[in-house]
Amino acid sequence: MEWSGVLSGAIEQGIGPSAIIYCLAAIGLNIHFGYTGLLNFGQAAFMMVGGYALGSLIQTWGWPLFPSLVVGLLMAVVLALVLGVPTLRLRADYLAIATIAAAEAIRQVLGSAALNDEFGGQDGRYGFVDGMRSLNFVPSGGVHFLGLDFRSYDFFIMIVGWTLALLLCGFVYLLMRSPWGRVLKSIREDEDAVRSLGKNVYSYKMQALVLGGVIGALAGIMSGLATSNVAPSDFATDTTFFTYTVLLIGGAARVFGPVAGALIFWFFISGLDLFFDKMTSGANPTIPASIMTDDQASLMRLIFLGLILMLIMIYRPQGIFGDRRELAIDAH
Amino acid sequence: MPTDTQPSSDTQSKKSDSILVADGVTRKFGGLTAVDVEHFEIQRGKITALIGPNGAGKTTFFNLLTGFDEPDSGEWTFNGQSLHGVPPYKVARKGMVRTFQLTKVLSRLKVIENMRLGATGQRGEKFFPSLFKGLWSGQEKENTDRAMDLLARFKLDAKADDFAGSLSGGQRKLLEMARALMVDPELIMLDEPMAGVNPALKQSLLGHVKSLRDEGRTVLFVEHDMDMVRDISDWVVVMAQGKIVAEGPPDTVMANQAVIDAYLGAHHDAALTHETEEEILAAAEAELEAEAEAEENS
Amino acid sequence: MRLRTAALLSIVMGVLLMGLTSPAQAATNEAIDVTGKLADTRTDPAKPVPGVKISVEKDGAEIASGTSGADGSFSIALPGAPIDLLGEVITVKIDTDTLPEGADLRDPKKTSYKVTIKTDSDIQINYAIGPATDNSVGKLTEIGQSGINGIFLGLLLALAALGLSLVFGTTGLTNFAHGELITFGALAAFLFQDQWGWAFFPAALLAVILSGAFGLANDRLLWKPLRGRGTGLIAMMIVSIGLSIFLRNIYQYFFGADNHQYTGVPAGKLWNIGSIGISPKAFYIAVVCVVVLVVVSLAVQRTRLGKATRAVSDNPALAASSGIDVDRVITTIWIVGGALAGLSGIMWGLTNGFDYQVGNKILLLVFAAVTLGGLGTIWGTMAGSIIVGLLVEMSSIILPSELKYVTALVVLVLILLVRPQGLLGRAERVG
Repeated sequence: MEWSGVLSGAIEQGIGPSAIIYCLAAIGLNIHFGYTGLLNFGQAAFMMVGGYALGSLIQTWGWPLFPSLVVGLLMAVVLALVLGVPTLRLRADYLAIATIAAAEAIRQVLGSAALNDEFGGQDGRYGFVDGMRSLNFVPSGGVHFLGLDFRSYDFFIMIVGWTLALLLCGFVYLLMRSPWGRVLKSIREDEDAVRSLGKNVYSYKMQALVLGGVIGALAGIMSGLATSNVAPSDFATDTTFFTYTVLLIGGAARVFGPVAGALIFWFFISGLDLFFDKMTSGANPTIPASIMTDDQASLMRLIFLGLILMLIMIYRPQGIFGDRRELAIDAH
Repeated sequence: MPTDTQPSSDTQSKKSDSILVADGVTRKFGGLTAVDVEHFEIQRGKITALIGPNGAGKTTFFNLLTGFDEPDSGEWTFNGQSLHGVPPYKVARKGMVRTFQLTKVLSRLKVIENMRLGATGQRGEKFFPSLFKGLWSGQEKENTDRAMDLLARFKLDAKADDFAGSLSGGQRKLLEMARALMVDPELIMLDEPMAGVNPALKQSLLGHVKSLRDEGRTVLFVEHDMDMVRDISDWVVVMAQGKIVAEGPPDTVMANQAVIDAYLGAHHDAALTHETEEEILAAAEAELEAEAEAEENS
Repeated sequence: MRLRTAALLSIVMGVLLMGLTSPAQAATNEAIDVTGKLADTRTDPAKPVPGVKISVEKDGAEIASGTSGADGSFSIALPGAPIDLLGEVITVKIDTDTLPEGADLRDPKKTSYKVTIKTDSDIQINYAIGPATDNSVGKLTEIGQSGINGIFLGLLLALAALGLSLVFGTTGLTNFAHGELITFGALAAFLFQDQWGWAFFPAALLAVILSGAFGLANDRLLWKPLRGRGTGLIAMMIVSIGLSIFLRNIYQYFFGADNHQYTGVPAGKLWNIGSIGISPKAFYIAVVCVVVLVVVSLAVQRTRLGKATRAVSDNPALAASSGIDVDRVITTIWIVGGALAGLSGIMWGLTNGFDYQVGNKILLLVFAAVTLGGLGTIWGTMAGSIIVGLLVEMSSIILPSELKYVTALVVLVLILLVRPQGLLGRAERVG
């Protein structure tokens, strides 16, 4: 692969289906964490119930696409209520531990061999996207421009996904400029102050959790549709943490933060991956195998990801573009 | 909430028209009884000062009355309605609004947004209507006008578009008071409005407290400095070690031996309990924090 | 003072670890055995089933076989050194034709078991013959066995959790990178064995000391500067997530994704107390855990520094104003916490084998233990760990064992809801 291939590959990933999935998940998380200050460490669980409802209803129970999709979103509402009713009264760090534990418990149950017939164990569900494929209007040869290549179905998913992301951004914009959004932001700042002014904080937190969770489920659904597979490993704790990274790169509590974050994150991560892959491949690699094998090269992006998350939180908690006074996540 | 009207215990009542009556309110933390108030009343349209040395349980009592903490026992009514077990936000909606000892301004919101948040009955605070600006913009404009009037009264109008986090400690106190007024409360409860405020601003704050009464509101405020309350309060209630030890008009109370003992005792007695010590420390810490915050943001 | 504590700890550890060899070695045999006992439950008491052929296959070819003896037990030595067998998958098969007339497997389809060799311990295979014995003795045995396993697991968790709890207590940091402190110890000890050919005990000892240093480095290079900047606790929590991802992948970079195993610590023959089996290795590990936990508790209870630690956990401002050097306390906490985490990683690795993410895998269990006991309290953490250990092992009596961690997670969530301050924690004061 030439160097230009690294660049175009990174761009393809930067705007490709993976970026969309994390963008959607981060839009939901932005409502939780960015605007309301809810430290939800279980966003992967919302994605999982969305994706699994879709996958198992279609593959296991033979439902058509759209009803499964609706049930996926409803499942997120149910999860938000089940998780939120008790946990939303907890302190921020306790909420984090409760949600991360709940998410992991759900993941282990859905991935268990005992429920193999329904949810497919560790392999999960797959091959349930015929309904979606039948809607594909992109020419079967795929799309090629500016040196970028996309397969037909991928490009279709991208059109649907980015349209959805932009619509959701508009939706978030409308909400957050309103008095409703003002209450959420105020809860993030100091929930006791909001209570003292006669607002039902609990109810607003619940609304935020449900809304962000449903958007998270959409991300899970898109993930299933894009890859034609949902498996427990897609929804591990790290998925939630990557979503946080995406959100923080773009800037929490910014309408387009998740979009910018997802584009940058995936461009950067895939760029690194392709770069190190290229450096270590071939008969006579630029970096000798004694220093870095191609297996090790594949880890470089995660090593950088960890570093980026730390550095951004320390030096630019407001995100790359944010206004520090308004967006810094500080001692509250 | 059922309107569970209770006849106030008239035996002890010295006042004619009580807006708030509390009986037998206790709160224990582990072995320590932080609050043990047999009877407490606030007279409508007056300024009542709740004073006492640090660690007397004033703030805890305040939290109990406003629903921010739950008592171990006791009953209290506001305008004849029981408030036992009523959550804080409903207490506020009934017309009883509090401020906090450690000011709780919403730092990363603008001053004007802090004010707008206080307005009640906003259509735009409901999820679906919030999406359509037409449904709430009119109300928002009215609220903004009212907020600007209040800000002008508290001399904060020039700061309307600044982030609340950039205000000084004293300005935050003013903003919090102004924001509470946006709720249009019958009874406004101020928790140490003078703490951490420089002396020059204290006088103006006192003036504002008086003006609240003059416009027909009832005021309860907590203060640990006796001298501060003499000029402006109509009635003074003194707490020490969780109990009410004296009450009456300011001059009478100030001369009361029990009150003097309470103050001297708390300040000079060598045998401080560990909890009292902690409370004093917490209060000192709070003040330091408030100062540091003010500095950081100046 | 600090040095003395460290020295004391290392001596205690050294002695104990030495102790681990002697009795265990007596029972050593080189090979890994596949063992089990066949008993027919149609009669009560169950009758031994002799003369049944059991074979072991690898990659489809038989590599060993054996026949059950007069007491129904069989023991088949696997050919090859244990170290070469690690990571291999073997299939154990029973030849049903050799079963006596009328004696059938309880589950006729379950004639073979697939086992991945993770440690050099013997492999126990149980073929049930005859009807299910629904008597209380069997159930009791199961409960007893789970209880023992649960306590062993709890002790390991306590070791792992103490550092997390101490750090939370003194600095308020919820450290998601604590799992990587655990892994650090496990990997360091492995490195000294693998690279330098050290015996296990000196390798473990040096690894624990280095883990302490690693804890200190964590604080000095990252957390202390962040505290100095006034970084908020939530921001720090997210930084710790970044650190966890960073370190975990660095570990994988250098150690790969394979499961590793220490050498030179034989498992020994199972001790049978009644029908409950205890592995001598697990027992000695538990003893090490108990002694270390007792020493740490005594240190916190008795020494000046320990008292200072409790004071700081209680109320940092009060502690500072009463002349306690808070910074020194925090430094010590990170060293001791790091060393304990490292030791727990080694002990965990000794029990179950380990890989580059061993700590991360048990992190949520550790969180559960710490939260259950009340964040930041030492006794609470130990009690919480034992309870979590018992819950995890006991739950497999009722639930499929693949879901045993789920029980702990669900309990964690429930505890947070009902009693966020933990079982032993103090109720927090509002306002």
